[in-house]
Order: sequence, then C-alpha cells, then structure tokens
Amino acid sequence: MDKGTDRVKRGLADMLKGGVIMDVTNAEQAKIAEEAGAVSVMALERVPADIRREGGVARMADPTRVEEIMATVSIPVMAKVRIGHHVEAQIMQALGVDFIDESEVLTPADEAHHIDKWQFTVPFVCGCRDLGEALRRIGEGAAMIRTKGEAGTGNVVEAVRHMRTVTEGIRRLQYLDSEQLMSAARDLGAPFDLVQEVAETGRLPVVNFAAGGLATPADAALMMRLGCDGVFVGSGIFKSSDPAARARAIVEATTYFDDPQILAKVSRGLGEAMAGLEIDRLAEEDRLQQRGW
Amino acid sequence: MRVGVLALQGDVREHAEILEGLGADVVLVRLPEDLTDIDALVLPGGESTTIGKLADRYGMVEPLRAAIRRGLPAFGTCAGMIFLSGSTTEADPQVQLGVLDVVVQRNAFGRQAESFEADLAVEGIAEPVHAVFIRAPWVEKVGQGVDVLAEVDGHPVMVREGNVLASSFHPELTGDDRIHALLLAMVEEA
Repeated sequence: MDKGTDRVKRGLADMLKGGVIMDVTNAEQAKIAEEAGAVSVMALERVPADIRREGGVARMADPTRVEEIMATVSIPVMAKVRIGHHVEAQIMQALGVDFIDESEVLTPADEAHHIDKWQFTVPFVCGCRDLGEALRRIGEGAAMIRTKGEAGTGNVVEAVRHMRTVTEGIRRLQYLDSEQLMSAARDLGAPFDLVQEVAETGRLPVVNFAAGGLATPADAALMMRLGCDGVFVGSGIFKSSDPAARARAIVEATTYFDDPQILAKVSRGLGEAMAGLEIDRLAEEDRLQQRGW
Repeated sequence: MRVGVLALQGDVREHAEILEGLGADVVLVRLPEDLTDIDALVLPGGESTTIGKLADRYGMVEPLRAAIRRGLPAFGTCAGMIFLSGSTTEADPQVQLGVLDVVVQRNAFGRQAESFEADLAVEGIAEPVHAVFIRAPWVEKVGQGVDVLAEVDGHPVMVREGNVLASSFHPELTGDDRIHALLLAMVEEA
C-alpha cells in the first residue's frame, strides 16, 4: 500500500477537474461553498482583495480556523502557505489538509527558492504565468498548476494572458525537432525531461486550473474555453453582494461552459460582482503575479 | 458501440481515453437529451456532492435512474459509485440515484494523506489490478443480489448488481482497460 505517491497526488487533482475551488476564510463560508457545489475550498486568513487593501504580511491561516473548516465540509480542503515557507507547509500537512497552495497571494518567505515539494506526502498546487514557470514548479514536485492571474482584482485579463501564454508555449514545443528541445529547455528555464514530455503529449503533465481575477460565471466559462481544467475563485465570491447565488452560478457555468443558453440563464440576477481593479493602475510592486521565480 | 461518460465534473477525459482505446465512441453526457442512443454509461470520479447537485439542478436524476433501471449497463468509479448507490453513512443526505443496493461510506479510508495505490485481486480478472484510491469510499453494507468483486481489509471496494458495476478505486488513472472491457462485455450480454 503506497501513500503520497506522485500518482496519488496528481490523482486528486484529476478528480477536481471541471470544478470550482473557492477561497473561504471561515467554516460558515466553507459551508456556503459546499452547498453551491464547490469541489474544494481553499482556507486562508484573508481573501486577496482584503490582503491588497489592508497590506501587511499575509501568512498561512490559523490552524484552528483550518481545522474548523475541515470539520465542517466533506469536500477536500486546501490551504495556502507562503512561497518558500516549508515550515508553514509542514504545519498544514500535519493538520491533514488535502492540498497545499504555495501561493504568491501571501507574502513570500524566500525570494529565491520555492519549497521542495517532493519532500511532502500532501500534494501541492502552484501558480504560473508561462510554460517555463509551470514546468519549474512541476520539477519541484507540484501535482497541479494554476495560472497566477492577478488575484484580488476581479479582473480576468491576467488569467487569460497566462493561460494563453502557457498554451502557446506548449504548441511551440510541439513544432520543434527533437534536437531543438534542449535549447528550448534552456530558454524556458525548465527541466529537459518535462520539456520532452510536453513536446510529445501536447499538454502539461499535471492538471492546469485558471485563477486570479475571476469574478463572474462568464469569466469561469471563458477560462474553460481557453482550455483550462477547472477554476479557482478567490475574492470573486465572498466580496460580491450575494455569495451563495454567485457561487452556484459559477459552478454551473464551469460545467456548461460551452452552452451559451445556460450561461445566459445563470448570469442573471446575481447582484453586484466584486468591484474590479484595472491592472494598468496597479503599481508594479502591487502586482502579486511578480512573486515567485 | 456508443458509451456515454457523465461529464458534469471529474476525471471525464481519462475514462473517455480508455473507452476510445477499446474502440467505443464516447458521448459526453451533461443534459437529459445526451442519454438517448447510448449503449452504456460511465460515471467518473470527482466530487460526489458536486455531481449530485448539478444532476439535480439540470434534471438529470430521473432520466439517469430510469435509463439504468431499464437495463443500461453502467460503471461508476469513486464519486460515480457513491452517486449510483442508495445512501451513505452520513446524516446529511446527498443526491443519489439508488440503482445500486449498497450503503457507501464516503472518504472511508480517510483524507488525502491516506490515499494510496496497491495491487488488488478482482474477481473475473486474471491478474491483479493496480488500483488507485483517492479519498476513497468503501461499501459499508451490501444488499441482496449484489456481488462483491474486490475487497480491501474486508471492506468491499468493487461490486456488481446486474447491469450496474462500481469501484471505489480508479482504473481510469492507470490506463488499465480490463474493467472498462467488463462494462463493454455487459453491453454484449444485454
């Protein structure tokens, strides 16, 4: 009986496909997310929009809070830890969370290194902006990838950019001859064996979700049409005027992403979406996507 | 042969690839009209609460139940097994089809830390199956007329009742097509 294997880690990510993972800060929100049909909830101290507004160092959530959420819902529970903070990750693994997000939304603990995720039995998800970054994280042991987007903005433009960039990177590898792959690996800054694998299969070796700025059912469907396997919604749900209705609509839009009639129906009467931010107005240092290396 | 894969949520692609490898035409099933003209149905792994809620909201429960009761061969893995069954051991009821007479305990082996892979003897299959269990359920109570095809530590993890086959593990994750071949053989029998 082998536990914590690569297959078992990537397998849980496979089971989340076609689903919505929702940021929650307490048990009550977790229950709303589960009722709406979320496949998993992400436990964190503050949603990205609040981290952005309040500033200060954003860290892993209080273990008590995480345990309350785990006790409240029957779906898998994820938790965020700071980039490079392997002790926060050990704490979350000790609590028994089902997945860890080594996330740029929290304040990085290490400005040069990510966690060696092979050392853990719990699976990890990490953010990326392009194929090289995705493959570096997978090379470090990530069992799932998501776009970084620009969290806490309610603006999907960066998630779209990152998804398209990853897809384009994969297509480019598929055109190359085998003798061109080593220099491609050098240019991408990615492990050669993973570059070879992607060139051969035409897809990432792990599940790839969209994240960072999704706020509406149409945003979720857009990301699914761009070829991602599922979506994360952070501030978009609990910073809107009617979280339960919006959460449910986003779940339905993720399943029926290619049915405009259903999308029109679920997009109605959801109240106010979260207030959005224009990326161009964000100072360079306020862009969370720049974190991670 | 046309095989539907319930595509509300979960590891739909892995099932579709195995079925296509066995020569079946795959139909993704999201709405009741997708159920017409299929010879068998696969209910994938995923999150059973999500699949149940979507099936309920989009009018899929009765058509699925009716088709399987009429004899449509069906195979569910993990969440698919939970969705096919009659009830769970939990106090909160969830949407289920009730076409497989078993009581299922969700996440019975534990959370993700307890997820595992192991070789498993399966009745009717000559060599062991390498089985992947992800936050897997087991069968707590088996009704009359249900055959247990595989067990882990005395807990049934694969069962068959007439035209309904279910496993709490994921043959679709290893590329082993022998259990899907059993489903296709059930179509021939029917």
